[in-house]
Amino acid sequence: MGAWYWWMIIGMAVVTYLPRAIPLTFLEGRELPPAIQNVLRNIPYAVLGALIFPAIFFVQENVWFGIIGATAAFGIAFTGANVMTVVLGSIAVLAVYSVWFL
Amino acid sequence: MDDRGFASGIKAGTSIAVGYFPIALTFGLLAKTTGLSLLEATAMSIFVYAGAAQYISLSLIAAGVSPLLIVLNTFVVNIRHFLMTASLNEKMQPEKKWIKALYAFGVTDESFSVLATQKGGKLRTSFGIGVIVIAYGSWVIFTAVGHLIGANLPHFLQAAMSIALYAMFVGLLVPSMRGNRKVVSLALIAALINSFFYFTGWLTTGWAILVSTLASAIFIEIISSKGRRT
Repeated sequence: MGAWYWWMIIGMAVVTYLPRAIPLTFLEGRELPPAIQNVLRNIPYAVLGALIFPAIFFVQENVWFGIIGATAAFGIAFTGANVMTVVLGSIAVLAVYSVWFL
Repeated sequence: MDDRGFASGIKAGTSIAVGYFPIALTFGLLAKTTGLSLLEATAMSIFVYAGAAQYISLSLIAAGVSPLLIVLNTFVVNIRHFLMTASLNEKMQPEKKWIKALYAFGVTDESFSVLATQKGGKLRTSFGIGVIVIAYGSWVIFTAVGHLIGANLPHFLQAAMSIALYAMFVGLLVPSMRGNRKVVSLALIAALINSFFYFTGWLTTGWAILVSTLASAIFIEIISSKGRRT
C-alpha cells in the first residue's frame, strides 16, 4: 500500500473516534432533562436486542449454526450462569455439533 | 457508587477478549491476503479499533474504492457509537474531561454492552479502563498474530467461535430480563425493527442498529411515562 493508506487510517481513526468522544466529554457535568435520561438508560437493553437479532442466526453460512448457537446461549444464560460460562458453553456446543454432525 | 476497580474490569472484559480472538485473527489473515503488510494491518487495529468498519474497509480496498469513500463509510458504520457513549455517560462516575476523552477511544459495541449492563450504581473510571484494556489488547495482539501465522484456526473451532460475541450479548442481556418486562420489551422491539431493516435491506447495518435502538428506547419511555402518570 502507498502513502494514501496511512492518510486513510488517520481519516478512519478520526471519524471513528469523534462519535465515541464527543458525547462522553460534552455531557460531563451536564444534567439532562429526565425524559432524555430515561431514554439513555433504555439504550443498553435495546442495543443488545439489535446487536443479537438477527445477526446471531447468520454467524455461519449454515443457518443451523446460528439456531443451535442461539439456543445454547439462551439456554445456558437462563440457568443463571455467568457471561463467561455462556460464551464458552456456546462455543463448546457448536464445536461438538460441527465435529459430529458435519 | 460501585467500588470495583481495574482488576475487576479486566475480569469483566475477559469475555470480550475471548470473543475478539477469532475475529481479530481472521482480520489479520484477510488483511494479509488483501496485500497489507504486518505494520499496516496492525496499525489499523491500533488506531481505528472498530471491527465491522475494518472488515468492510478490506473489501473496499480490494475493490479499489477511493480512500475518501472508505473513510466516509467508516463514519457511517460507526456513528451508532454516538448513542452508546451518550448512554454510557450516565453510567460512569464523573471524571475529568481529558480522562474521559482518553477512554472514549475504547468504547465499542462490546465494551459498551459490558459496562452499561453492570448492576448497581455508577462505575469507577478504573473499572471501565480495565474492561477496555483487555478488549483492546486482544484485538490488537490477535490482529498481528493472524497476519504473522497467516493461517486460521481449525475450521470447526473457527466456526464454533463465531458465536462468541453473540453469546456474550445474550449472557449480558438475560440476567436483566428476568422478571423485568421493560427490559424484555426494549430488547424485543429493537430486535424486531432491526430484523425488519435486515431483511428488507432498507438500511445498512450501522444505521439499522442506531435507528432500531433509538426507536425502541423512545417508544418504551413514552409507554412507561404514561404508566407513571396514571
